[in-house]
Amino acid sequence: MTDTTDTTDTINTTDTTGATGPTDVRRGPAPVAFPQDRTCPYQPPAAYDSLRDSRPLARVTLYDGRVAWLVTGHEAARDLLADPRLSTDRTRPGYPATSPRFKALRDRRAALLNVDDPEHHVQRRLLVANFTLKRATALRPAIQRIVDERIDAMLAQGPPAELVNAFALPVPSTVICELLGVPYADHEFFEEQSRRLLRSRVPEEVRLARDRLDAYLGALIDRKLTEPSGDRVLDALVHEQVREGAVDREEAIALATILLVAGHETTANMISLGTYTLLRHPERLAELRAEPSRLPAAVEELMRLLSIADGLLRQATEDIEVAGTTIRAGEGVVFATSVINRDEGAYPAPDTLDWHRSARHHVAFGFGIHQCLGQNLARAELEIALGALLERLPGLRLAVPAEEVRWKPGDTVQGMLELPVTW
Amino acid sequence: MTDIHIDTDVCIGAGQCALAAPGVFTQDDDGFSALLPGREGGGGDPMVREAARACPVGAIKVSESAG
Repeated sequence: MTDTTDTTDTINTTDTTGATGPTDVRRGPAPVAFPQDRTCPYQPPAAYDSLRDSRPLARVTLYDGRVAWLVTGHEAARDLLADPRLSTDRTRPGYPATSPRFKALRDRRAALLNVDDPEHHVQRRLLVANFTLKRATALRPAIQRIVDERIDAMLAQGPPAELVNAFALPVPSTVICELLGVPYADHEFFEEQSRRLLRSRVPEEVRLARDRLDAYLGALIDRKLTEPSGDRVLDALVHEQVREGAVDREEAIALATILLVAGHETTANMISLGTYTLLRHPERLAELRAEPSRLPAAVEELMRLLSIADGLLRQATEDIEVAGTTIRAGEGVVFATSVINRDEGAYPAPDTLDWHRSARHHVAFGFGIHQCLGQNLARAELEIALGALLERLPGLRLAVPAEEVRWKPGDTVQGMLELPVTW
Repeated sequence: MTDIHIDTDVCIGAGQCALAAPGVFTQDDDGFSALLPGREGGGGDPMVREAARACPVGAIKVSESAG
């Protein structure tokens, strides 16, 4: 690890970096700590309010004391997320980290996420045909069946129910298993490893979870190599790419890992937090029940408002001019999607949940070459899952006082830890 | 007349054009952006520019030409 050399950007040296003028944000007030825990799960932390006065860029202090740029403006975020001078390769010296977990994983790149072009383009092209709008539309009946089975089970066993474990997690987990060709029978194992990978603060535990997932998916890939090809995403990857020598086993494992983890965790969080948010806005909820045709717009607005992947990381490989300020080569850049997606310049009354506005062009799925590969699938899952909850559980409400419901800490994908509901 | 140019070397198949303007854009079997038959000129769809703006990699260029 190279962390001992990462001192060029610490808070102690920022005054000596040669700030060039009165507009230089480096001379501004003491940086806000990033990330912080949300005080309401569907609002950015109150401490981020001051960041809104500092668009499009602010300075923030990361957990390890390093200072990084925080992108807060919507137009600047779109430009910078699409800028090839920002790398997403976390193995680069000086790459920013927002938790010990990120640092623990810096020895290796995740497929797609940490890969720059042109290599990224090759990986993405291997998979893109599986995640088109048409494919997502074709999967809708299967998603509907999976959703209905979970609601049938809830109705048979409850009320009440704990919605994260009874619905929000198993729905996307089952969908991604069926799409990839991973046995759902193994879900407890891979969900637990994913949880550690995304949430543990113990570096050894994070790396162990990654190693276990690698071993599991490596064995699955080996097994698929000896069997006739099925029609799932990993079957095609194994038989058309690995067997032909176009993709090696290690890369196939890395791709399978990212698809499996990203394919269920993020959507599960959006289902749980989206449901909680609707339950806390009863008038909006009633409106959506009366007008289910608004569901696609509601899902888009919820994604903008909730911005569950809050704090996308990059590192400048060259000096970049942004609104009269220079991001210097080697500096860390963090995208606060929760602040970007509430830029008043792009979304009037940005803190209001209002699906009559156009939430289009939000950056909840990122932007640029790394924009979420599974976004069309995610939209389909969210529309069907939230739509079915509203339709089939018309009396749905929290089973405990709202202030007793717990959500995830600020250093990971935002969502509910548990959601006790009744109906 | 609206000219729509799709740079398929840049396209990453995010499908945002087809989502924004489904009457003009689609995705081919490989997942890449394509114009629907007969809609090469945009068909007067006001969402064409929104589709171009929604493209995360700027692969769609829209311009107005004479005639």
